[in-house]
Amino acid sequence: MKRLVNLLLVLCIGTAVLTSFRYLGIDLGELGASGNLKQMAAYVQRFLSPDLSTGHLQAIARGALETLAMSALGTLLATVFGLLLALPAAGRFGWPLQGLSRLILNALRAIPELVWAVLMVLAAGLGPNAGTLALALHTTGVLGRLFAEALENTPPEPADAIRLQGGNAVFAFCYGTLPNLFPQLLAYILYRWENNIRMASVLGFVGAGGLGQMLYLNLSLFQEAKASTVILAMLVLVFAVDTLSSWSRQRWEKA
Amino acid sequence: MLSRDTRDPAARPRLLLSLLAIALLWPGMRLSELDLSVLLASDNRGEMGRFVATFWPPAHGAEFLELLWQATLQTLAIATAGMALALLLAIPASLLASRALSLSAASRAGRPSQWGQLLRWPVRGVLIFLRSVPEIVWALLFVRAVGLGPTAGVLAIAITYSGMLGKVYAEIFESVDQRPAHALLQAGSGRLAAFSYGILPNVAAELLSYTVYRWECAIRASVVMGFVGAGGLGQQIDLSMRMFAGGEVASLLLTFLVLVLFADQLSRLLRWRLA
Repeated sequence: MKRLVNLLLVLCIGTAVLTSFRYLGIDLGELGASGNLKQMAAYVQRFLSPDLSTGHLQAIARGALETLAMSALGTLLATVFGLLLALPAAGRFGWPLQGLSRLILNALRAIPELVWAVLMVLAAGLGPNAGTLALALHTTGVLGRLFAEALENTPPEPADAIRLQGGNAVFAFCYGTLPNLFPQLLAYILYRWENNIRMASVLGFVGAGGLGQMLYLNLSLFQEAKASTVILAMLVLVFAVDTLSSWSRQRWEKA
Repeated sequence: MLSRDTRDPAARPRLLLSLLAIALLWPGMRLSELDLSVLLASDNRGEMGRFVATFWPPAHGAEFLELLWQATLQTLAIATAGMALALLLAIPASLLASRALSLSAASRAGRPSQWGQLLRWPVRGVLIFLRSVPEIVWALLFVRAVGLGPTAGVLAIAITYSGMLGKVYAEIFESVDQRPAHALLQAGSGRLAAFSYGILPNVAAELLSYTVYRWECAIRASVVMGFVGAGGLGQQIDLSMRMFAGGEVASLLLTFLVLVLFADQLSRLLRWRLA
């Protein structure tokens, strides 16, 4: 019986794949035809001599810094707002606020960064400001949920002890809950920052600043040599972030 | 008599760290032109308010629903076709890149020879390159190379995901007990046979669940890639936003949410079923 069901599943997957190709009308034979391939090869060739002139490299360095700044500030804003929303979402101020803040967090999280970026470009104009806000909005949703879960899972005893000693609620939170929570919050924040650096480099495609905007502009103007340098810069950025994060993770996990 | 100690022993390092963070972030504020007040400026607020007000009711005309249905199908088809192509590339690449099928490793207590390691590096390098360029960049490039439409999306997913799948598959092959495969190899079986009988039975469940999870990611990615013109729901969202058609944007976003939820449930079901 189980065999039969599995066979049926495999058949379903097979048909789904075939129908997908049929539906999209992709003709791989035509894509691989010699004329098309020649055209593609010519297109690829124009990327093979990256523009390494000083002026362009300076522009790229600025773009990379802008990308980093966007991601850092977006994550920072998201941390602040995420923590503000996480407190009610963890049920600290009663259930009506809990439901409301969870709804807000879910809505923020469900809409991808790129959609937020398009909306923010409409609201705040072209440029890195829109990208920062878009990152902040989406990340608030993600971090808020993670923070709320972390808050629910911390032991309440230290905070209770401070309350019983006569400390007020703010002291109890700052000195009883936060120290236990802090390493976990920091890990979440760094993880999201890593994601946001990658995201910030492509948000520019809709006009939200950073390296992406440069790439989009260069490709639109058919400056493939310049575009390929920007892609290289993106690769370097991603590699740097990956290496740094895996190095730091290994280091802190050992410690 | 006990009195409250007002001294906070951690105050000074905390203050210094905060100052350092501010000093680092200040140039960042300049670079990113961060300005929250833009959102509160009255004309911008009015503009946004009018746009958001048109979100309700979501567009539900028969013609638009037909368009929505087609876009949703297209998104699903892009993800599925892209995954199929990615698998075509990823499976051979992972077999080439993995140390699990090394002949020299079988006779040297699991350590492949220097040459074997060296020859695996080019494949690994290609996989790293494929997955390091974000999928939306590939989509943008393919839109220029093969024109607007879903083909660019399919190719972009195929390329990025073959890099990811290839790397993860190779690692999964290496993570299980190597002794069955080594025994087969030492007994003189071919590499493919050693793989199918020595490694595949142990890794099948993990491979399947990772592949299904990636398919779910591909759906999300194919929506996002529409923004650079690679077809599907994303392209429709982009178009509707440019026309300030709030109702259409609302129904498209709702459809996107439902699609993601559906993919999530389906992938959970498949993983539970196949595992």
